[in-house]
Amino acid sequence: MLLIQCPACGVEAEETEFAPGGEAHILRPEPGCSDADFAMYLFERKNPRAVHYERWRHAFGCGKWFHMARHTHTLEIFGVYAADAPEPPQEIKDRIAERTAS
Amino acid sequence: MSDLSLARAALDVTPPPDLGAQVEALSSRGMVAIRGDLADAGFAAALKAATGCDVPGVRRSTEAGECRVLWMSTDEVMIFCEWSAAPGVVASFMEKAGDAHVLALDVSDARAVFRVSGEKAWRVLAKGAPVDLERFGVGEVRRTRIATVATGIVRTGDDSFEVFCFRSFAAYMWDWLCVGAGAESLSDL
Ligand SMILES: [Zn+2]
Repeated sequence: MLLIQCPACGVEAEETEFAPGGEAHILRPEPGCSDADFAMYLFERKNPRAVHYERWRHAFGCGKWFHMARHTHTLEIFGVYAADAPEPPQEIKDRIAERTAS
Repeated sequence: MSDLSLARAALDVTPPPDLGAQVEALSSRGMVAIRGDLADAGFAAALKAATGCDVPGVRRSTEAGECRVLWMSTDEVMIFCEWSAAPGVVASFMEKAGDAHVLALDVSDARAVFRVSGEKAWRVLAKGAPVDLERFGVGEVRRTRIATVATGIVRTGDDSFEVFCFRSFAAYMWDWLCVGAGAESLSDL
């Protein structure tokens, strides 16, 4: 069971209040791109056994989307950040570097 | 148009005996959903004019007279008022808001509201909602779930909660709360 803090309403709740939205920071290719690139955008996902940047929605709560950095193996959550952030904030990247250094 | 009997139809059932928690359906509750910029001064003025209430802080509610305003999201509040007053609240808010980018809608028929009260009321809700209800202050609002139903909970007093959900779940929620307030649920282990 994950305990997730929603950055929109600030509540810390268990994962049953949230809906996962898959891999984050996927860029839509420019118009006129190749079919292969567009298929990549539509279908190809990383699914790593490592740190994963994800989209989540506080579905049973305030209803807002947000981003989360989570380790898919240890289930550690490194932080949540705004839905419109184009990339993870430096603070979260630093925490990941610190926590995953061996 | 709206008919209070609609709200009652599915709920024409005797509530369980009072074992420390009572359940009732509040079928004369009016509700108005408002979306807009909660930090905007014009929004606050229009809300004040329509309800007498201030804009609530995050996950809080404010009260004045017959009205209660609940924080629903970063850009949404819900007004609880008398059922017959809801259209007037919408009109007064929209008039005062002028050209501001806001939306107010009478959603009284969209949701059902229940009151759960008594010294064991929090235990009824704790059966189904993943919320720490012992640390849930008076006036606090929590959107969560009860069983599998999207639910809002507001604590209206030390021993009193109001629970709201979409009306299509009203009968289910009523049954669920009645079971939760029954002897098997509330007996001390
Ligand atoms: Zn939230």
